[in-house]
Amino acid sequence: MSSTSHEVAQGPHHSGGAAPSALSAHSIVKRFPGVLANDNVNFDINAGEVHTLLGENGAGKSTLAAMLCGLYQPDSGYILRNGERISLPSPRAGLQHGIAMVHQHFKLVERFSVAENVVLGSRDLNFRIDRNTIDEKVAAVAESYGLPIDPTAVVGELSVGQRQRVEIVKALYQGAEILLLDEPTAVLVPAEVEKLFENVRAMTAAGKSIVFISHKLGEVVEISDRVTVLRNGQVTGHVTGKGSANTKELAKLMVGRDIDLAPQRASHPIGHEILQIRDVSLTLNGVDVLSNISFNVHAGEMVGIAGVAGNGQRELADTIAGLISPTSGSVSIGGAMSTDKGPIHARELGLAYVPEDRLGVGLVPSMSILDNLLLTRDRDFVVDRASLQPEASRLIDQYEIKANGPEHVARKLSGGNAQKVLLARELSGGRTATKLLVVCSPTRGLDVGAIETVRRVLDDARSAGQAILLISEDLDEILSLSDRVFVIYRGAIVHETPGETADLATVGAAMAGLSSTTSEGHN
Amino acid sequence: MNDNIWILAIANSVTLATTLMFGSLGALFTERAGVLNLGVEGVLLSSAISSFLAADASGSVWVGLAVGAIVGALLTCIHAGLAVILRANQIVSGLALVIFGTGLANFLGKPAEGKDVVTKLKPITFGPLTDIPILGPVLFKHDIITYLAIALAIGASWYLFRSRPGLELRATGDDPATVDAQGLSVANIRIRYTVFGGLLMGLGGSWLMLAQSAAWHQSATTNGIGWIALALVVFAGWRPMRLIFGAVLFGFTLQLPFTLQAEQIDAISADYTKMLPYVATLVALVALSRPSRVNALGAPRALGTPFVRDER
Ligand SMILES: Nc1ncnc2c1ncn2[C@@H]1O[C@H](COP(=O)(O)OP(=O)(O)OP(=O)(O)O)[C@@H](O)[C@H]1O
Ligand SMILES: [Mg+2]
Repeated sequence: MSSTSHEVAQGPHHSGGAAPSALSAHSIVKRFPGVLANDNVNFDINAGEVHTLLGENGAGKSTLAAMLCGLYQPDSGYILRNGERISLPSPRAGLQHGIAMVHQHFKLVERFSVAENVVLGSRDLNFRIDRNTIDEKVAAVAESYGLPIDPTAVVGELSVGQRQRVEIVKALYQGAEILLLDEPTAVLVPAEVEKLFENVRAMTAAGKSIVFISHKLGEVVEISDRVTVLRNGQVTGHVTGKGSANTKELAKLMVGRDIDLAPQRASHPIGHEILQIRDVSLTLNGVDVLSNISFNVHAGEMVGIAGVAGNGQRELADTIAGLISPTSGSVSIGGAMSTDKGPIHARELGLAYVPEDRLGVGLVPSMSILDNLLLTRDRDFVVDRASLQPEASRLIDQYEIKANGPEHVARKLSGGNAQKVLLARELSGGRTATKLLVVCSPTRGLDVGAIETVRRVLDDARSAGQAILLISEDLDEILSLSDRVFVIYRGAIVHETPGETADLATVGAAMAGLSSTTSEGHN
Repeated sequence: MNDNIWILAIANSVTLATTLMFGSLGALFTERAGVLNLGVEGVLLSSAISSFLAADASGSVWVGLAVGAIVGALLTCIHAGLAVILRANQIVSGLALVIFGTGLANFLGKPAEGKDVVTKLKPITFGPLTDIPILGPVLFKHDIITYLAIALAIGASWYLFRSRPGLELRATGDDPATVDAQGLSVANIRIRYTVFGGLLMGLGGSWLMLAQSAAWHQSATTNGIGWIALALVVFAGWRPMRLIFGAVLFGFTLQLPFTLQAEQIDAISADYTKMLPYVATLVALVALSRPSRVNALGAPRALGTPFVRDER
């Protein structure tokens, strides 16, 4: 490791040399009540390297990362930094050793400027803060890693990708040598992912180490120098050397079987119209969020809505679910008007809804899985928990939810498993037989095995004659499942095309606002 | 119309604003750290009587002021302990502080009820400056504590927006998880500013007693000024500079009924003018209970929410 950072960054790292790893963890054990999250895990990373942690939902990736940065303490095992034993009682201690984590939920003060966020908590800051000085310093650090950013911008007004960049700049500003990125791409659109990867390459070229966590196997293959696979808290596999693994192999290493994510379309003729949206417009706080949206979804059909987050899709879904009343226009489900009648009415008409915000709108974080399931079941005065027990257990098995059983509190589930609980509840039917299913980003944060399960369940629901509206930023998902694809941009449908012939580039351009009008759809 | 009485009214407003400024500045620091302390009224009362007793016994106003301030700080320690360390409901804990402070004042003040304030704080005289027409009485006829209040508010503004600890304070009120991830102690920061806030409130209560009141009366000394101080923070949008003007404005409405009476203007009944500041306070307190609304006004995002690390 004595060579210059540039040489380190090229080619594979110098393993087998005498130099110690930049960071290594040995025999790490971490137990949570009822789960062994990390079971004797060994992990190491060298300077200038991207080392990926791969594994199913609940495998223990986030837990391991949290221990490497000082957020959690291991029950046993030890951590070495450049060969020397260190203890990390807090994230601050982690930072002092040059280890920083970029959380999936950004730790940024939205009201602060970029520069204020970056310098917050850094110890070399003078008592008096001079805006110009910190702006210049922050801009200089950002620039030196090729991460240009406006230090005076208010973080609350930045896009998700830009915020992530602020997080990275903040870590670098504080002298981080090792960056832990926990599912950084889950919230990014493809173009932003490309940007992030450029940044990652610039950082490794400068000798930084990146611990990368992702469920997207294509990305993992593209960016990793090494991959470590975790399963049920144990290390079950290694792949070394850039580009030496393919996605199929990785998937098999992860879930222990072959994964099939081939496109699926409606196999039965579609039925009558279930969801009818007529000229729906929505103005919130003086801003036009939705303008003149009209379309239908038929029984046995899946319609996909693609769009970059923040273009009105969330509000559209909430409008259909009865959570928002449109300013004008109407929504009907199964031929009955549901506008202005509230969410319970919509559900009684046969709606099932998987919102984007799982632990806010979707689930009650402090309640158990069972109680969360109960929310959409009977609305009798006396709650009958006992009779739901078997079904809850069955769903936990069917969706392979990693939990201690139906009484596991939702908040303590891993990200992907929380999503599975929500899907299980909505897809398994509530009080009324489901006619219309509205799902937002159903597979965000799920591992490939779970994605396969979810896709199969969605396809089964379609075959059973349900009308499905799939709203997602994941173009792959939209294109490989939908019978018809719409693109939403600034609250309007700007593009429509049949799913089978949809073209990634055209749809992508429409998402970015580059298409002029509706095209090929009406042939 | 008599000009003099209106100049006097404005000068009085500045004076009356002093307790308001201390009370609301104390609340502002507390709230900027994300802690809601509704107990201002109780703190004011307790510190008022403590300062009275201490000044009476020692014969020194300064001892009185110091004791009052310390009592304020000690009382809010209870709130800090409940709200920050035990993560109790801050509204309940704050209201409990009002009741406790009022009870304590009642207990301490029983023997002193109705007694005159002998050891009093005197205005500073600026010689010829005081005699300047209009400006003289408005600006140069107050005591040192009033000037201190204004200086503190200006200093607080600089501190909040131009200093490192101020940055950390604002971040703690807006997004404690972020502060925690930076390795700073949220609990430490919150306790520190809650207690400092109590110190300021205590000073305000003592000043009210030793500079403003003729005698100690349990039921009449503070007169709900603690509640008005809380409302003032909302109206000032959690900004110290606006707080100065807000305090003077509230001070003006507080003395308005008396001026109107002196001027024998009775177009509006004095009952209504007396109600004015309290109605404004009610409105602000209702707003304070609706997070989504006060957020738009600039309320700290995490105001009133206990911080727990591992929540996800
Ligand atoms: N704070 C906690 N309290 C209790 N259990 C926890 C806690 N954090 C994680 N777990 C459990 O530990 C296991 C590993 O969780 P972890 O978050 O590390 O998984 P992950 O590999 O990051 O999964 P995902 O891909 O879904 O994010 C899970 O079974 C989870 O339920
Ligand atoms: Mg995770």
